[in-house]
Amino acid sequence: MDLVKLNIDGKNIEVPKGITIHKAAKSIGIDIPVLCYMELKDLNIENKPGGCRICVVEVEGRRNLAPSCSTNVEEGMVIKTSSLRAMNARRTVLELILSDHPKDCLICAKSGNCDLQDMAIRLGVRKIPGQEFAEMSTYRLDTSPSIIRDMDKCILCRRCETMCNDFQTVGALSAVNRGFQAVIAPAFEMNLEHSSCTYCGQCVAVCPTGALTEVDHTPDVISTLNDPTKTVIVQTAPAVRAALGEEFGLAPGTLVTGKMVNALRRLGFNYVFDTDFAADLTIMEEGTEMLNRLTKFLNGDKDVKLPILTSCCPAWVNFFEHQFPEMQDIPSTARSPQQMFGSIAKTYFADKIGVKREDLVVVSIMPCLAKKYECQREEFSVDGNPDVDFSISTRELAHFIKEANINFMELENEDFDKPMGESSGAAVIFGTTGGVIEAATRTAYEIYTKKELPKIDFEELRGLDGIREATIDIDGFDLKIGIAHGLGNARKLLEDIKAGKSHYHAIEIMACPGGCIGGGGQPLHHGDSKILKARAKAIYKEDANKPIRKSHENPYILELYKEFLGEPMSEKAHHLLHTHYFDKSKKKFQI
Amino acid sequence: MSKYKMHLLVCGGTGCRASASDAIVENLKKELNNQGLDESVQVIMTGCFGFCEKGPIVKVVPDNTFYTEVKPSDAKDLVEEHIIKGRKVERLLYKDPVKKVTVSDEEGMSFYKKQLRIALRNCGFINPENIEEYIARDGYMAIGQILSENTPEEVIEIIKASGLRGRGGAGFPTGLKWQLTRQTKSDQKYVVCNADEGDPGAFMDRSILEGDPHSVLEAMAICGYSIGADTGLIYIRAEYPLAISRLLTAIGQAREFGLLGKNILGSGFDFDIELKYGAGAFVCGEETALIHSMEGKRGEPSLKPPFPSVEGYLKKPTNVNNVETLANIPAIILKGHKWFSSIGTEKSKGTKVFALAGKINNVGLIEVPMGTTLREVIYEIGGGIKDGKKFKAVQTGGPSGGCLTEAHLDVPIDYENLLAAGSMMGSGGMIIMDEDNCMVSIAKYFLDFSVEESCGKCSPCRIGNKRLYELLDRITQGKAEFDDLARLKNLSEVIKDTSLCGLGQSSPNPVLSTLQYFREEYEAHIIDHKCPAGECKALMVYSILEEHCVGCTACARACPVGAISGERKLVHSIDQSICIKCGACFDKCKFDAVLVQ
Repeated sequence: MDLVKLNIDGKNIEVPKGITIHKAAKSIGIDIPVLCYMELKDLNIENKPGGCRICVVEVEGRRNLAPSCSTNVEEGMVIKTSSLRAMNARRTVLELILSDHPKDCLICAKSGNCDLQDMAIRLGVRKIPGQEFAEMSTYRLDTSPSIIRDMDKCILCRRCETMCNDFQTVGALSAVNRGFQAVIAPAFEMNLEHSSCTYCGQCVAVCPTGALTEVDHTPDVISTLNDPTKTVIVQTAPAVRAALGEEFGLAPGTLVTGKMVNALRRLGFNYVFDTDFAADLTIMEEGTEMLNRLTKFLNGDKDVKLPILTSCCPAWVNFFEHQFPEMQDIPSTARSPQQMFGSIAKTYFADKIGVKREDLVVVSIMPCLAKKYECQREEFSVDGNPDVDFSISTRELAHFIKEANINFMELENEDFDKPMGESSGAAVIFGTTGGVIEAATRTAYEIYTKKELPKIDFEELRGLDGIREATIDIDGFDLKIGIAHGLGNARKLLEDIKAGKSHYHAIEIMACPGGCIGGGGQPLHHGDSKILKARAKAIYKEDANKPIRKSHENPYILELYKEFLGEPMSEKAHHLLHTHYFDKSKKKFQI
Repeated sequence: MSKYKMHLLVCGGTGCRASASDAIVENLKKELNNQGLDESVQVIMTGCFGFCEKGPIVKVVPDNTFYTEVKPSDAKDLVEEHIIKGRKVERLLYKDPVKKVTVSDEEGMSFYKKQLRIALRNCGFINPENIEEYIARDGYMAIGQILSENTPEEVIEIIKASGLRGRGGAGFPTGLKWQLTRQTKSDQKYVVCNADEGDPGAFMDRSILEGDPHSVLEAMAICGYSIGADTGLIYIRAEYPLAISRLLTAIGQAREFGLLGKNILGSGFDFDIELKYGAGAFVCGEETALIHSMEGKRGEPSLKPPFPSVEGYLKKPTNVNNVETLANIPAIILKGHKWFSSIGTEKSKGTKVFALAGKINNVGLIEVPMGTTLREVIYEIGGGIKDGKKFKAVQTGGPSGGCLTEAHLDVPIDYENLLAAGSMMGSGGMIIMDEDNCMVSIAKYFLDFSVEESCGKCSPCRIGNKRLYELLDRITQGKAEFDDLARLKNLSEVIKDTSLCGLGQSSPNPVLSTLQYFREEYEAHIIDHKCPAGECKALMVYSILEEHCVGCTACARACPVGAISGERKLVHSIDQSICIKCGACFDKCKFDAVLVQ
């Protein structure tokens, strides 16, 4: 490795060639503040527009200050990170940014979680010169089913653009207009709802300010819980339990399943259930569908659609409806676990407890913002009554718990209610990339071979690489599996399928980095991918600790089929647990 | 040209065409036809002559009579008097405002005397839509020469030795730029001509493209040969329709003549050129922004390195040169680097084209050797200040240049001197201000442009320029406080110090230079609430002189807001709290009773 000698703040150092001044300084404990810069190392995501100019430093011999986040070190450089000139510039630039930013921090959704607020605290800004006559750039508030855009708070860091365009290849958000009116918006400044947005929420997850936030459904949930005529049940997605603790100061990767159940019960939910139950159900349906397609394929059926693609990620569903409408018949028709849960809750379970459909309210706790949109899809309702009434994010749940005076840290562990709270380890791993396909493989293997799996853990399907593949030997048949997380990675696999070059039998796709653990509704990771890794580890730990680790062994699932659904893929199952897709590519260009 | 005995050169630049030079050509042709002279006298529409103040221009060759401010209706006189009877049409000749004499040719005109035309050598001489006229003036001889005699390295050495520097503003040595692009190994390289001229009032590049498009095409081919590129792209703003149409014609003709395309002049060298259109964003003149725009992306700059010479258009090595820079290239090849480097100053060689504008008698396009003083440009070529007013300042370098004062008039113009004086060469805008110009308003005007044209990518430029503008606006409104001057200075310096690209790094120059040279004018606005130049409306006070007022009520009737009261035949008065300072009372009063302070 080539080394470069330079001097930072009086210290002579030797660092690898090609790294930035910011990283070189960091290596010797000098923490130059950055604002627009963002790096998700393990996911190869870097946002480096060099736009905010907060990180400027003085480089001897250079006419102007250098942005340390995007200027590489050079031999012999003499750098001052905290000279009067650099500090004055940094403060002045921050004052400028603040001069065009609303000062409603007290009531901002991002208060306490805002990078700009942190910067103002760090630099000790007490006054913004000329604020009283400074014009502010203002924009129309845009509310979609999942995401609110309040561009008055946008600081043009371009992180959302990097996520939306480079990582997700969705292209819903980009910079428009110029100068003081420059802002991030969908094309022609149309509403997000009319753009190709998938509601993956990654823009929200990386937004340093309150410019992009989720639509908060907590107030709706609170009023429902206080309505004596309603029976309110709640389902919690697998990834929530691995991240909720972070909102209460616990280390990333701390599992809080039992505390979460207790808290939900205290909040007043009549039944605390688990989306994992529905995840097991998903495996029964999707796994059966996969086996059916594979069997047809092995029997020489040329028309069978392979590979089969998973369909539990709502942002991914939105993505292919917008971007690959001609491939609607390739994904599994299985509904997502959230929707399977709602559908079964409002039929099977409602009957069981003798509550009318309209008096049963289903709330979901999701790591996801696209789930908010998904539960509002027309096809997931009966006579205008949705299968899932409200979906709130992990972050919203944390706020709700705090608002309800619950001391989360001191809660005893409690168990989910039966029957829809019981799940296998296979369902838990739905929360991380590779988990769904691993769960499906566990079941498919045993159903197909009628033999017990020699080893339950498929390590080869795990990890954080954007695109992974593995070949699983199923009794002599090589099942070729592809996994992608991030829609940009998904696009690559889809292009291959389109071109007839795909050699996979089954592909799992998750829209968010790391899968649901990195979902747009999770506690903000602020670009630290160690947090994602810790959450994934927690998920696999929960799986390993479960007595039942295969979906088809969940006794309550078996009972559900026996009592209500019949067989997987039966007509009733089809009606309640499967869906169809739409071509949304033509929905564009509405303003 | 031999068939004709006489040629009538009519300016076909955008300015003269706007003053009906098309109709002049048409009428001249009609008249010649009527007189049976269409076989012996040819009417040619040329590029810009530069003397736009007196356009449209018609020049008669071979006697070199230079007619100014010609109208279509003058065609009859020109043909009957000048061509048939051999008598010059006196009323259309140029009258020297200083010497009060009539001058019939360019040589006698002070506007042209001190000029040296290299980049503009063919503008006003040839029909830009006829490749043969370009060839007749040694066009495409330079490319022929290097293809047969020089290696690419030798060509680069010639350009380096000539001392030519980028005319787009930054003054980077052209030969070195070529060398850097040549050094980068790649299967594909590009030559880009930056024709995204955007300074307010500047039209150097447009005039060259309209008047001599082939010189640019030839230079691009020479550059392509030198750096190892087979493709040239001209990034031109779509608001230059005439330049675009002439370029397209020229490219078509050059292909027909085998001077563009495959195997040029049998040398085995392939080179072709296409146009890319810009939507008219000033920042797209910055080379990385220009490249992004050509790629179909948002036109905003990115950090250098990587420089375009390493990673440019479509991530391939790209050499970006400005129009004027390129127009110099064929002349350097043909006349030699020694000839070129003998012109100019120690570090700035050759000539520079300027667009003279503002309060100057001879508004127009000029080309002078580097080292010419501002005084020569303003007083000799420019003919001095309009209406005998006093010179106050000259702004060079476009919206991001600085304002220089009387003390700088004898500064020889070159890159270093202008920078040292607090301004810059820029692409060649030169705006002259007189005593009636308020320097705070001037700075505000340029800031307004920078606010509009900032791409918004980096915060100091996006927000800082807006704040600077607001501060200046408050000063011109008389609402500023003394501390605001220090804020103005600090903000300007930080914007320069922290902005991402040249736009923000130079946009505060008009503020800093006026603050340095005209500080007392700023102070007058802030402390005395007065605008010494009388330009800032908000600071004017209209009052009625009791001893002059006869009580005619004309002012009260003219006042649109009812600020003036008074009985008939009695002295009137103006309520300052209502007055909007429109000046209607002042205009109406026949008794000089309205006082403006």
